[in-house]
Amino acid sequence: MLRTRIIPCLLLKDNKLVKTVKFKNPTYVGDPINAIKIFNDKEVDELVFLDITASKEKKGPNFKLISEITTECFMPLGYGGGITTIDEIEKLFNLGVEKVILNSISHLHPEVLKKAISIFGSQSIVASIDVKKHWLTKKQFVFIIGGEQNTGISPIEYAKKMEDLGVGEIIINSIDQDGTMSGYDLQLIKSISDSVKIPVVALGGAGSLEDLKLAKQNGASAVAAGSLFVFQKTHRAVLITYPKTEEINKIINH
Amino acid sequence: MIVIVDYKMGNLGSISNIIKKVGHSSVISSDIEIIKNASKIILPGVGSFDKAMQNLNELNLIEILNEKALIEKVPFLGICLGMQLLTNYSEEGNVKGLGWIDAEVKKFELSEFPALKIPHMGWNEVEMPSQHPLCDELYDNSRFYFVHSYFAACNKKENILMRTQFGRPFDSAIHNKNILGVQFHPEKSHKFGMKLFKNFIEKC
Repeated sequence: MLRTRIIPCLLLKDNKLVKTVKFKNPTYVGDPINAIKIFNDKEVDELVFLDITASKEKKGPNFKLISEITTECFMPLGYGGGITTIDEIEKLFNLGVEKVILNSISHLHPEVLKKAISIFGSQSIVASIDVKKHWLTKKQFVFIIGGEQNTGISPIEYAKKMEDLGVGEIIINSIDQDGTMSGYDLQLIKSISDSVKIPVVALGGAGSLEDLKLAKQNGASAVAAGSLFVFQKTHRAVLITYPKTEEINKIINH
Repeated sequence: MIVIVDYKMGNLGSISNIIKKVGHSSVISSDIEIIKNASKIILPGVGSFDKAMQNLNELNLIEILNEKALIEKVPFLGICLGMQLLTNYSEEGNVKGLGWIDAEVKKFELSEFPALKIPHMGWNEVEMPSQHPLCDELYDNSRFYFVHSYFAACNKKENILMRTQFGRPFDSAIHNKNILGVQFHPEKSHKFGMKLFKNFIEKC
């Protein structure tokens, strides 16, 4: 059986590892290279790195840091943040990144996304979609540029568009749940999984292994989390953790 | 000297890194003279089959690879698309492969398994029907990382090295004497991948 992938999603800001709450207040959690070494030892399924300021500050990917990361990373690695050109995408693959994660550019210049898929193949291009509820109407919209700009498009419509453009999978992230450790937005995960045929990765809000299981039951092909793998639950003290295979099998893959 | 063949089809860095991690060194090259001196060859690859064959042709690598694999019989490991190239033919682009292992590459047809999505992407387990130095100290249910939409189907049972379930079982590693191929990415399969590379380098 294909296992449900459990993916630590690590956030980069200026060469450092940080963790946000609702996309705000990045807290320093450590050195990315050190974190990778720990995750290697813990036999993690897959890692995702997202540079959370690259798009906002109009910086491209930090290739030097990514190169140090890929050298130490013996598991599948996804990278997202600040990517705007085909050359940058090619450079990332050459450095040993398996999956390039595109967010803002997919909306602003879908032709770049399309071209990337035609060159590198669907399986290596991931669309990450950040979703936030309107404060008054509670209606959900897709946001870009690190959650700063509302596209005015509903998550389902946006996800379908990404599927039509040919992406290999979708990371659906809830800005409202980010860093809260209060559980995923299961309704959102279910609505997206029901609307597309490609794999959907749940992100945003996981606080326990039980949450991961719920995301899977609601249609997620893979589950990602940040705080769950970098904080000790009660005190938010930094502690890099990852469940053991037996634990995963017991809770999720049975 | 272990040579990782560079024919412009993706992720070579991770392979040389994991070889280093298990205590050996390798060279990434498309230079015929360097490949000529290789004691072991790794043919990686990510992308489409037809483009890969075209690149091998354009870089004039087919002749030297044939010589090394078939005449000199150096241990040869194809990874992912690099494994598919070892076969006779692929449905992807309708082109011939290197033809070293009697198998054809087909697209997954999984209409009777609506829950499964293509590409087959993620960690999956392998079964090893027979003993082989490449599988030494790996065991049934070792898991590896897969990303692919096409798979190789061997015409002869004796060429099957590992099998994996994805809807139906498929041949996830194939072999013919010194020529080995794995569909998964051992360079991204942490301890299982390290073991496999160690076996290839030290025992094959």
